Amino acid sequence: MNFNKIDRILEKFSMQKSQSISILQDIQNEFSFLPLEVLRYVAKKLGVPFSLVYHLATFYKTFSLKRRGRHLINVCLGTACHIRGGVRILEKTERELNIKSGSTTVDSKFSLEIVRCIGCCSLAPVIRIDGDTHGRLTQEKIPRMLKKYE
Amino acid sequence: MSNKKIITLNDLECLREKGLSLIYPDKTKISVGMSTCGISTGAREVLQSISKEVKNHKLDCVLGQTGCLGFCQKEPLVEILEPGKPKVVYAEMSLNKVPELISNIANHKIEKEWALCQIIERYSPKFPGIPLYQDVGFFKKQKKIALRNCGFINPDSIEEYIAKGGYFALHKVLNGMKPEEIIDIIIESGLRGRGGAGFPTGKKWEITKSSKGKIKYIICNADEGDPGAYMDRCLLEGDPHSILEGMIIGAYAIGVDTGYIYVRAEYPLAIAKFTQAIKQAEEYGILGKDIFNSGFSFSVKVNTGAGAFVCGEEMALIASIEGGWSGPRPRPPFPAESGLWSRPTNINNVETWANVPVIIDKGAHWYSKIGTVKSKGTKVFSVVGKVNNTGLVEVPMGISLSEIVYEIGGGILNNKKFKAVQTGGPSGGCIPGSLIDLPVDYERLTEVGSMMGSGGMIVMDENTCMVDVAKYFLGFLEDESCGKCVPCREGIEKMREIVAKICKGEGEVGDIELLEDIAVTVKETSLCGLGQTAANPVLTTLKYFKNEYDEHIRNKRCPAGVCVDLISYSIDAKTCTGCGACVRPCPTNAITGEKRKLHSLDQEKCIKCGACYETCKFDSIIVK
Repeated sequence: MNFNKIDRILEKFSMQKSQSISILQDIQNEFSFLPLEVLRYVAKKLGVPFSLVYHLATFYKTFSLKRRGRHLINVCLGTACHIRGGVRILEKTERELNIKSGSTTVDSKFSLEIVRCIGCCSLAPVIRIDGDTHGRLTQEKIPRMLKKYE
Repeated sequence: MSNKKIITLNDLECLREKGLSLIYPDKTKISVGMSTCGISTGAREVLQSISKEVKNHKLDCVLGQTGCLGFCQKEPLVEILEPGKPKVVYAEMSLNKVPELISNIANHKIEKEWALCQIIERYSPKFPGIPLYQDVGFFKKQKKIALRNCGFINPDSIEEYIAKGGYFALHKVLNGMKPEEIIDIIIESGLRGRGGAGFPTGKKWEITKSSKGKIKYIICNADEGDPGAYMDRCLLEGDPHSILEGMIIGAYAIGVDTGYIYVRAEYPLAIAKFTQAIKQAEEYGILGKDIFNSGFSFSVKVNTGAGAFVCGEEMALIASIEGGWSGPRPRPPFPAESGLWSRPTNINNVETWANVPVIIDKGAHWYSKIGTVKSKGTKVFSVVGKVNNTGLVEVPMGISLSEIVYEIGGGILNNKKFKAVQTGGPSGGCIPGSLIDLPVDYERLTEVGSMMGSGGMIVMDENTCMVDVAKYFLGFLEDESCGKCVPCREGIEKMREIVAKICKGEGEVGDIELLEDIAVTVKETSLCGLGQTAANPVLTTLKYFKNEYDEHIRNKRCPAGVCVDLISYSIDAKTCTGCGACVRPCPTNAITGEKRKLHSLDQEKCIKCGACYETCKFDSIIVK
């Protein structure tokens, strides 16, 4: 693996331990997930135990140790979404993609994850795909919404 | 140091003039509400389409954007301001309405049907037939202090913030006010923490100020984790400078030169807007060294979370900024004595900071006249769930729940029966319909077993199962418990298992007693706020909706028709028109029937996904 990109990110944050979370975020933006060998490299460079970096990478929900698909689907399961049928929206999406939440389609097109509230409660139930938020969803709208992504 | 640097009051006045010319230009201005909720209903596409149509009509006008006006249900909102006329707000502006809207502007015509309201800010003549902003049910009882500029200014423009009086309070503070004087004003105003617990803000500042140590910090807690609450996101997106100004005033009062804002990763637009606001403030010398030549220096750094509810807890938040493991630790010592890097640290929530400049500007007396005896001022609530008008509302403390749900919220969706309001997020509780006249303030919400929290207000109707709601919150907290202390880690899981069992129809006599027993233990022995309040949703649903638990346990029934193991779908022979609309969405082909004849539903095949129920226009799908 080429670690040049990682070095650049580490330099951007002046190799500060206190910036570990931001460093991991930038790395994830680069790779879409956190490869284990990169985490080992980061720990070595920052001079912290690997266990600490691994802990951060597994504690925070936005980090993933698994390679993600081209599009990340976040089904919101905040309270408003739950009350207005978020679980059914999740199940419909699971059926459409033929995967369970927490996994990626065989063609690596979509990864499906749940998120606890993205603060779009007035439009519940909502799904966020990459940067786009889709609100006021019904099961019927799901297939059409997914078709927009290549 | 840039030549843009503001020093004198006159410098600020000049920028105010510039800002006013941006808010009220000498030609027609079309603005689109572009906060996250607006964008997700298509505001960006609407703006693009407006821009195209404007070119087609060769209209000489200004295109702009604003933050969220709060009435999210009616998004996308488009505002038209012609010189010398009131501003007209158009609601639910879908793409197909844009060509007509722009051609109307070209012909100086107003489309009354689409207008939500008119806002008179500078000029008195009004358009007949369009309600005034202050007469619209949703806005009528609101009093906007924290949200004063949201939806009224372009959040990308520091000049527009200044035009609305922004940074004048800071100028006053740095030109002759003593730090103690400021703290006294905040104490006298009665402002309490808007993040949940309601600790008096001025008192908190005073403790941090008097704590030993030269280096101190302030933090803005923007890790708005409570599901169902999004006022902090709207403030960050719609009026970032109000938060920044509050922080600078606080920093000066406490004696701090570095501040942090911790924003959750789920809010990318909020992070972008606030980061931009910091940059603008630095360019004008409102942040940085020697602000307004006062000798006072202050800078703000942005830290982003990475998706952990517990990070809203102040000790966990501090640990997260330090870059370590985000675990809470016992208090005392409180952050005011030993916080970030073991230095005295003052943490306030976004909404709290946004209130500060107005209090300095208008005085403690003015502020303390609003609200109730112990809860002063206003509070922003996100009114969401099964209610007609979903959105953000800012109301004086002491307003009743019924005023919020019925007058502002416009009543329950589809005329269903009102069941409960959930406040306070996973730490709060469910307030039953019988307490609808409850005045909303810190004390009264706590008295009934819930809490203020950050202001989420999720309205529930007869089709919401309260046992399922308890299961939902326990599931949320089980996921989010950091695992450091045993009662929270194990207790919540056990409670969730019991409630899940009840929802499945496998509940037994004695389950409720066991649930109550664990709830009390978790409450009394957990390390931080997450665990200490985790039992609230269970305890309040048990207190007010015990009959629903009993129905699940004794009669294996879910009266609200939610718990899938206890319900079945069928077709009403009396009302089914045989339109066939439900056949296609059914994923298991469980519904069959000839056109225009009564359809039938095969119980063996049905997976209870509810797709037919969502589709049927004749209410012919029965859930029992």
